Amino acid sequence: MIEARLSLPRRGFTLDLSLALPARGVSALFGPSGCGKTTVLRALAGLERAAGRVALGGEVWQDDASGAFVPTHRRAIGYVIQEAALFPHLDVQGNLAYGLKRIAPAVRRIALDQVVELLGIGHLLARRPDTLSGGERQRVAIARALATSPRLLLMDEPLAALDAKRKAEVLPYLDRLHEELGIPVVYVSHSIDEVARLADHLVLMDAGRVVAHGAVADMLARLDLPVAFGDDAGVVLDAVVAERDARWQLARLDVDGGACHFWARDDGAPVGRRVRLRVLARDISLTRTQQSGTSIGNQLPGTVEAIADDEHPALALVRVRVGGVPVVARLTKRSADSLGLAEGQTVWAQVKTVALME
Amino acid sequence: MMSPAEWSAVRLTAELAAVTTMLLLVVGTPMAWWLARTHSRSKPFWAALVAMPLVLPPTVIGFYLLLLMGPHGPVGQFTQWLGIGRLPFTFAGLVVASVVYSLPFVVQPLQQAFEAIPERTLEAAATLRAGPWDRFFTVALPLARPGFVTASVLGFAHTVGEFGVVLMIGGNIPGETRVLSVALYDHVEALEFEQAHRLAAGMVVFALVVLVTLYVVNRPRREEGPA
Repeated sequence: MIEARLSLPRRGFTLDLSLALPARGVSALFGPSGCGKTTVLRALAGLERAAGRVALGGEVWQDDASGAFVPTHRRAIGYVIQEAALFPHLDVQGNLAYGLKRIAPAVRRIALDQVVELLGIGHLLARRPDTLSGGERQRVAIARALATSPRLLLMDEPLAALDAKRKAEVLPYLDRLHEELGIPVVYVSHSIDEVARLADHLVLMDAGRVVAHGAVADMLARLDLPVAFGDDAGVVLDAVVAERDARWQLARLDVDGGACHFWARDDGAPVGRRVRLRVLARDISLTRTQQSGTSIGNQLPGTVEAIADDEHPALALVRVRVGGVPVVARLTKRSADSLGLAEGQTVWAQVKTVALME
Repeated sequence: MMSPAEWSAVRLTAELAAVTTMLLLVVGTPMAWWLARTHSRSKPFWAALVAMPLVLPPTVIGFYLLLLMGPHGPVGQFTQWLGIGRLPFTFAGLVVASVVYSLPFVVQPLQQAFEAIPERTLEAAATLRAGPWDRFFTVALPLARPGFVTASVLGFAHTVGEFGVVLMIGGNIPGETRVLSVALYDHVEALEFEQAHRLAAGMVVFALVVLVTLYVVNRPRREEGPA
C-alpha cells in the first residue's frame, strides 16, 4: 500500500488529499494542468515538503506527527520526468551506472542487462545524451531509474515531451515494464489515452483534491466523471484474442469470458493474448432493434443501466451493460428522447471502432 | 635581455597569482554555490559585497586593507596575537589583498556556472541515491567545469595585473612585494622606456594568450535540448 496524506498551500488552491494506492500495478494521477499531480509525486519522492505523512508498505518516509522525514536519496524510488534529466557529462552507460553503484548489492533485484534489454537501449550505451533522440533519452532515463531496483517507480508525464511517433516508440516499453517487473508505478498524466492504456488504478484530481478514485475500468464507466475526460470519454475492457480472420484481417476479441465479443483490426496479437480495448463513447450509437444493411460490424445486445447529462446540454451519456461489461455511449438528448430510452430497457449498441491498447 | 631584478619580479608575480587563484578557488567555490542556490532574502547584499572590488578604485581597497591589517587594525591585532606579525609589506599581505581584490573574478564565473545547472538534474541525482555532497562532487562540479576554467584564468590574470592594491599594501620591496606592474612603473618613472616596453609588451602578449586559450577551452558544446 502506498499511503500519502498531504497538505500544502499552492498558488490559487491548497493541496489537500489523502491517498491509499495499491502496491501493485500502475496508479495514474490524472487531472488538468496545475491541479497538483506533480506536487503529489514530488512529495512522494521527498523533493517537495508537504505537511502530512508518506509511507510505502511498512516503511514510513515522512510522518510529521513523529518528525520523521527520509531524504530523497534514502528512498527506494525511481523517478522519471518529462525532460529525462540525463547527466550530460556522462555517456549512457555512465548514466545507467550512476544509481546502480549507489545501492547495496543486497537490494539489487534487477540486473542492468535486463533493464538494457527491456528498454532496447543496448546499442546506445556508448552514446552521449546530447546525441540521443527524445524517445531514446526517455528510455535511458527509465532504465537509469529501474537500475536502482526501486520499490516504487514515480513517473511524471514521461511521454509529454514526445511527438506521437516517439510516444508510440516508448509506449510498448512501458507496457513491458508493467508486465515483467512487479514494481508499483505512480504515473502522472494529463493524457487520458496514456491512462486508459497503462493504468490499473485511476485517481482523478482537481484543484489539489481527489475528485474520485478507483479501478480504471470502473472509473471510465462512471457517468458522473466523463466531463473530466472530455471528448475522449470511453470505457476500457479487458479482452482475449479469440480468433483471427485471415481473409478480412480482423481479430475477434472476447470480453468477459466470451459473454460478448468485438471484431477489430488484426494488429498481429496472437490468439490467447490478453489485450485491453478502448471503446470511446462517441463511437457507440444505440438502436432499439438489431439493424441490417449497416456497415457497423459490432452490434451487441444490452440493457440500459443509467442515463446522465453530458457536458454540453445537447448531449447525454448512456451506460449500457453488454454481456457482463459496461460500455458508455454519447448521444444527443433528442436521439435519446426519440428512442424513448429508459433504465432497464433492452437496446443494441453499435460500436464503430474498437481500439486495441496493447 | 631581462635583468635578474626583472626576473625576480616575474617569478614573484607568478607565485602571487598562483597562490591567490588556488586560495580563491577554495574560498570562492562554496560562496558561489551558496549564491547560486540560495533563496535567502539577503542574497543581493552578499552578491553586492562580492562584486564591490569590481567598482571600487583599487587604492580604496588597498587603503582599508592597510588599516585593517595594520598594527591597530583588527586583522593586524589578530595576526600579531597569532605570532605571525604584521601583514602589510609582506608577501602574505599581498596574497590576502589579492584574494579580496580578485574575489569577484573567481566567484562570479563559478556562480554563473552553478546557476546554469538545472535543478532537475541535481534532483535526478538525488532520486538515484546521491546525497548532497555526492551530488555536488559528481554532478555539480563536472557540469561547472567551464566555469572553473574561466574563474581560474580570470583570477590569475587579474591578480597579475593589479597595481593600486599592491602599492598600498606591499610597497616595492624587491623579491618580497615588487611585482611586475610595480617594476614597470619604476622603469617608467626612471624614464627607462626600453625596459618598460619589455615588461609591458610581455604583459600584453600574456593577456592575449590567456584569453585566446580561455575561449578555445570553453567553446560552447552542444547542450541537451528538446527532441
